[in-house]
Amino acid sequence: MVILDLALKSLRNRAFSTSLTVGSIALSVALMIGVENVRMGMRESFSNTISQTDLIVGTKGGTIQLLLYSVFGLGSPTENVSWEAYRQWAEHPAVAWTIPYSLGDSHRGFRVIGTNQDFHRHYRYRGGQEIALAEGRANVDLFDVTLGADVAAELNYALGDEIAVTHGLGEVGFLNHDHMPFTVVGVLAKTFTPVDRAIYVSLEGMEAIHWEGGAPPASDDEHVHDETDAATADDGHVHDEADAATADDGHDEEADAATADDGHDEETDTATADDEHVHDEADEATADDGHDEAVDFSIEDVEVRQVTSFFVGMTSRRDVLQLQRQINDFENEPMMAVIPGVALNEMWQGLGYAETGLRLVTIFVVLVGLLGMLVSLYTSLNERRREMAILRAVGAGPNRIVSLLVLESVCLSAAGAIGGLALVYMLLSAGQSFVEAQVGLYIPIRPPGSIEFLYLAAVVTAGFVMGFVPALKAYRTALHDGLSVRV
Amino acid sequence: MSFTVDVRRLRFRYGGGPWVLDIPELTLERGTRAFLFGPSGSGKTTLLGVLAGVLEATEGEIRVLGEDLASLSGARRDAFRAEHIGYVFQMFNLIPYLSVLDNIALPVRMHAGRRARLDGKGVKETAALLAEHLQIGNLLDNQVTELSVGQQQRVAACRALIGAPELIVADEPTSSLDFDRREAFLDLLFQECERAGATLVFVSHDRTLEGKFSRTISLPDINKALR
Repeated sequence: MVILDLALKSLRNRAFSTSLTVGSIALSVALMIGVENVRMGMRESFSNTISQTDLIVGTKGGTIQLLLYSVFGLGSPTENVSWEAYRQWAEHPAVAWTIPYSLGDSHRGFRVIGTNQDFHRHYRYRGGQEIALAEGRANVDLFDVTLGADVAAELNYALGDEIAVTHGLGEVGFLNHDHMPFTVVGVLAKTFTPVDRAIYVSLEGMEAIHWEGGAPPASDDEHVHDETDAATADDGHVHDEADAATADDGHDEEADAATADDGHDEETDTATADDEHVHDEADEATADDGHDEAVDFSIEDVEVRQVTSFFVGMTSRRDVLQLQRQINDFENEPMMAVIPGVALNEMWQGLGYAETGLRLVTIFVVLVGLLGMLVSLYTSLNERRREMAILRAVGAGPNRIVSLLVLESVCLSAAGAIGGLALVYMLLSAGQSFVEAQVGLYIPIRPPGSIEFLYLAAVVTAGFVMGFVPALKAYRTALHDGLSVRV
Repeated sequence: MSFTVDVRRLRFRYGGGPWVLDIPELTLERGTRAFLFGPSGSGKTTLLGVLAGVLEATEGEIRVLGEDLASLSGARRDAFRAEHIGYVFQMFNLIPYLSVLDNIALPVRMHAGRRARLDGKGVKETAALLAEHLQIGNLLDNQVTELSVGQQQRVAACRALIGAPELIVADEPTSSLDFDRREAFLDLLFQECERAGATLVFVSHDRTLEGKFSRTISLPDINKALR
């Protein structure tokens, strides 16, 4: 006990160097535990990005790719799934609910997601939390949009604002459908998931974005409607863009393409003529008085033909694997179902090397902190030779000199470890909401667990081991010096 | 005849270096106030280290209070020193981060055998009494860094004397004091040694103090390593 008393008083006597040493150890320990907390927070928020969804279904491709574009809003889908195929699986007896997603467009860098009310009803994240509206209402009408929390905040949009949706995914799209305005009717509450960074429209609204010239591709003539369908389906978006670039002339081209494609007789010709007429009208309307015409279309006029992917909730989780197999073996269309938990885990494993790297770095930081302590103890030894000689003279054996220095080292590292732990909790409680607001990373504050205690024990043990370096030096000096000190 | 110190054929050197000490015989009777003098480098401090059991004799027999230190293990020698020997350095005797009281009490706290010698009195009580005798009773709670050199040496004397060890070893404790204080310090030290019945080995190169001692030993005369 007298040695512990001596160690503490000696450390207090060198208060400045002691507090510097403890401070540097505390900082490094705080970094280590902080990184661990952030890592766990990241992992948790990552694997909780979506919950209670049993399967995510899309076109065949990479599982991670499907996960990325459906859940994280990253990358782009290669193909879509037909509406018929989607409905077929949605009505499967084992399926409790589905959420269809139609992707591919953006607004000022944010993803636009076409979905329906099932999104509000069934989407769950972070342990079953529902999507809530911060203000306004859910998007119901054709040109209604609901904004993710980050979108509303970053673009500074309010309810009632009219926004245009860009075709394509870039910050600046090729086609700016200023004539097809969507109205903000609601803003979602913050979820700290990619949901916050998306704009939600109806599936029908998503189809409408792809119309040329701000009008539905069909008027009253069902036949014409089909023709145009074929044309757009064949040539895809290239045409739409060409339209935008060349304005009115585009229609001729399209008419040509349509004719070329199926080489029809009179019927086709009249159809194309009709079609063109309709388009022209629409074009005029847009050119003349803006949005009126577009807004006149109602959601019932639009037919949804495809979705990009859909989320599936099962009535019984036991059927998940079976349904997954059935979907993967679907013959009508190339489709694929992934279990989000499995895919998320797979993805996180892929990121594992970054985790290991981060952990290695923090371990080295702690080692550097402890080395600082070693240096400060070691360099203090020379000016403490007198002290050691006095201790020897009053009967302290070399082993007591060793234990004094080891004890000092243990005290320093223990104080640093505890200080670091305290620092982490202080920073966490002070910065939690800030980090949450800034980075969208929710770091839960929980009582220190076995990992923290393991770290602290490791730090104190390392301090103990390192303490032997100055201690053995002091031991040798004490043996040699005896009672005379050659200063 | 019982000797407090009984050294035979002592030889000592550091590592493989030259012989520092070669003393065929040195005996001190109980209660002796011995004045050991010699020039710098004559091995005074080394001899004290051997007598105190801090340094291990390379050869020979070193009996202190009848116990042969050469036959004891390092740990046993440390324990023996803690219990039976008080040591005063030339200067910088005190541990800077301990108070005056804590410095005086250090040997007692360091070793239970020394504590057992307090005759049932408390550590603080004993320390206070000694401090009173050496005229520093009012400084017990001070930090040692606040003391003058003379006061510091008296604190060191108190620490050596606490628990009444049989042998007091003092390594030029007065060399940093001016003449008047030297005299006063010695008088107080003698008085306390007498009270405790302790043997005193006092090392100095300053022969003006010689007359106050009961025995004078010239180290160059007895240390054949110097020839």
